[in-house]
Amino acid sequence: MPDVLFHTPAETLALSPLVGAGTSLRRAALLVRFVFRGDAAAAAKVGAAFGVALPQSPLASERTGERAALWQGPDEWLLLARPAMDGPQAVDALARSLAGEIAAALGETPHSLVDVSERHVALLLEGPGAADLLNAHVFLDLDPAAFPVGMVTRTLFTKAEIVLWRTSEQNFAIECWSSFAPYVEGHLAEA
Amino acid sequence: MLLIHCPCCGVERPEIEFRYGGEAHIARPMQPADLDDHQWAEFLYMRTNPKGVMAERWRHVHGCGRFFNALRDTVSDRFIAVYKTGEPRPDSATASGEGAR
Repeated sequence: MPDVLFHTPAETLALSPLVGAGTSLRRAALLVRFVFRGDAAAAAKVGAAFGVALPQSPLASERTGERAALWQGPDEWLLLARPAMDGPQAVDALARSLAGEIAAALGETPHSLVDVSERHVALLLEGPGAADLLNAHVFLDLDPAAFPVGMVTRTLFTKAEIVLWRTSEQNFAIECWSSFAPYVEGHLAEA
Repeated sequence: MLLIHCPCCGVERPEIEFRYGGEAHIARPMQPADLDDHQWAEFLYMRTNPKGVMAERWRHVHGCGRFFNALRDTVSDRFIAVYKTGEPRPDSATASGEGAR
């Protein structure tokens, strides 16, 4: 099922033949990303300006179409938005306009809003073997009962810090630092 | 692997997601300039180092990123209770062992 937030013009990355058919790893196209920090009142204003309410409960995510807000900490969220067109210019343009809109909505409210669009890349791990493959390197219970769809958390992938987001029963989005991406991809390929 | 309950996330997570933060409930002096060297050294370096239950700071560094406090038995490495920063230290005798597993 194609995802409206993540899309992948790039090629599928190699996985071990032992993983089985139907499980794939792809690198998603560029996204606009912000780390927002502030209290609940500031979060409500950002939610209105961004178009996605910022979830207040731990490990929760909210998404509407091409935008998503991921809970990272009690006063910290990761905001994702897909630009209308591909390419760094479109990402840059959307990041500038979004930053302006959010800053205008916040006014004098104390907050921090940092553009981290190019710090992260999103890896999409999809298919029936995705959870097992992740569990080779992620020390979390990925059973749907313990890690339901929509749950998002920072955690460790062996030594690399990732943001793990379950986008559907069999699909995961892994947000990792772009410099860690070859490490994560390599470990997934050998898992 | 030791599982630690994070009071901010509300879940148990593996120990490797956490970083130890030293003894808890050590208040920084309001006027450091008024202290002599001995008192300042006392604040900086002297810790209780008990054999038994100890209140410690921990940080869920690869998770929500927040500091919290925990009561841990330094003999058995068992977490007796976890509580958020700013909350009073629970009584170790009545704590239920919520943070332990």
